[in-house]
Amino acid sequence: MTAPPDDCLARNEWICGAYLTSRRGILWDATLQHLQLAAASVLLGLVIAVPLALAARHRRWAAGPVLALTTVLYTIPSLAMFSLLLPVYGLSAALVVAGLVLYSLTLLVRNILAGLRAVPEETRQAARGMGYGPLRMLLTVELPLALPAAMAGLRIATVSAVSLVTVGAIVGFGGLGNLVYAGMNTYFKAQVLTASVLCVVIAVAADLLLLAVQRLATPWTRRGR
Amino acid sequence: MNTLTDAWSWLTAPAHWPGPDGIGARLLEHLLLTVVCLLIACAVALPVALVLGHLGRGGALAVNISNIGRAVPTFAVLVLLLLTPVGGFGQGPTVVALVLFSIPPLLTNAYVGMREVDQDVVGAARGMGMTGTQVLRQVELPLALPLVLTGVRIAAVQLVATATLAALVGGGGLGRIITAGFNLASTPQVVAGAVLVAVFALVVEGIFGVGQRLLADRSRSGKPS
Repeated sequence: MTAPPDDCLARNEWICGAYLTSRRGILWDATLQHLQLAAASVLLGLVIAVPLALAARHRRWAAGPVLALTTVLYTIPSLAMFSLLLPVYGLSAALVVAGLVLYSLTLLVRNILAGLRAVPEETRQAARGMGYGPLRMLLTVELPLALPAAMAGLRIATVSAVSLVTVGAIVGFGGLGNLVYAGMNTYFKAQVLTASVLCVVIAVAADLLLLAVQRLATPWTRRGR
Repeated sequence: MNTLTDAWSWLTAPAHWPGPDGIGARLLEHLLLTVVCLLIACAVALPVALVLGHLGRGGALAVNISNIGRAVPTFAVLVLLLLTPVGGFGQGPTVVALVLFSIPPLLTNAYVGMREVDQDVVGAARGMGMTGTQVLRQVELPLALPLVLTGVRIAAVQLVATATLAALVGGGGLGRIITAGFNLASTPQVVAGAVLVAVFALVVEGIFGVGQRLLADRSRSGKPS
């Protein structure tokens, strides 16, 4: 007769090295899914947000409805958002991405618009006086000057998306959230804690990465300090 | 469109309203959780933020706590709390998580509001011989009130969202209608629950928005508040 193993897994401890080694594959797959869902949502959100923000900036009548819509979308709780999309997407990864795109969109549109509105009128006039057309002005003057505010929005959107992916566990596509959900049902402490900590680590790492990108992309904001 | 009519007939079915699992009881639970936790969070966060803002200390903490709150997944915290001894007390994990996640917006906004008060005004008040407490109560707090209230509004909306997620770990509230719908594979019920939650969140946001506007009108017209 063999005695039951007496390791941290059997004792159901919060911190457990044996969990990390024995479940490496599961953790890696969940992390990968987490990264894919969050990255897809933020990138899609960015692709949709830029034209919306530009439209709201240049067509005065569009600003009100765009901002009102983003406020309404942002107010709807995540679980309700995913649930409202259920009839459209069914139980799929697309549902999670669509829900997160709507949240990222909100944060990005507001911040890009704020950045564009903060471009000084004198700068715009100077560019116009130098013969810049609307497109050249947008690409070489307005967008670069709006970049710091836009990047701030992108960082918030990314961190939020990484955190909200976990709620996708309700439809089985929650990345590390799936492990938290499964761990809850089996009272598996090590799994819940490890997956939760990994979520926070991903969020912080993504934030720092984007901060580094922002510093490289906007060297002028550091000059003269 | 079929799902929407199904969801509507689910919502309007008289059988779904009464009883301990009915819409009425869940609505009341959700309201109660939101109000009680908002009061607790305000009682904890606002005095700290106002005193820190008055003294001009602890700014880094007050501002960064929002970023930390955003990076930590609500769902993971709910599950972690459920597995700790707190989980033994019925709604314990829900209440603790709700209070924890509503503190950052309260703290950050109230602190920033206090710091943005015109320092000349504070100097004048001191020159008139006001004590520190008098300056805090009669000068800084009224001037910081709009931002303090913005924090309360954001916290209230956050509370509604967190209370919804609490259903995933067995907490009460409207989220239970959604999770029960998922368990029954009943899309109409899921959508009906989501509509209830979304409307609830928008109403909360709307009430606070109107309240803020009324207050702004009153202070602009110069009447004592």
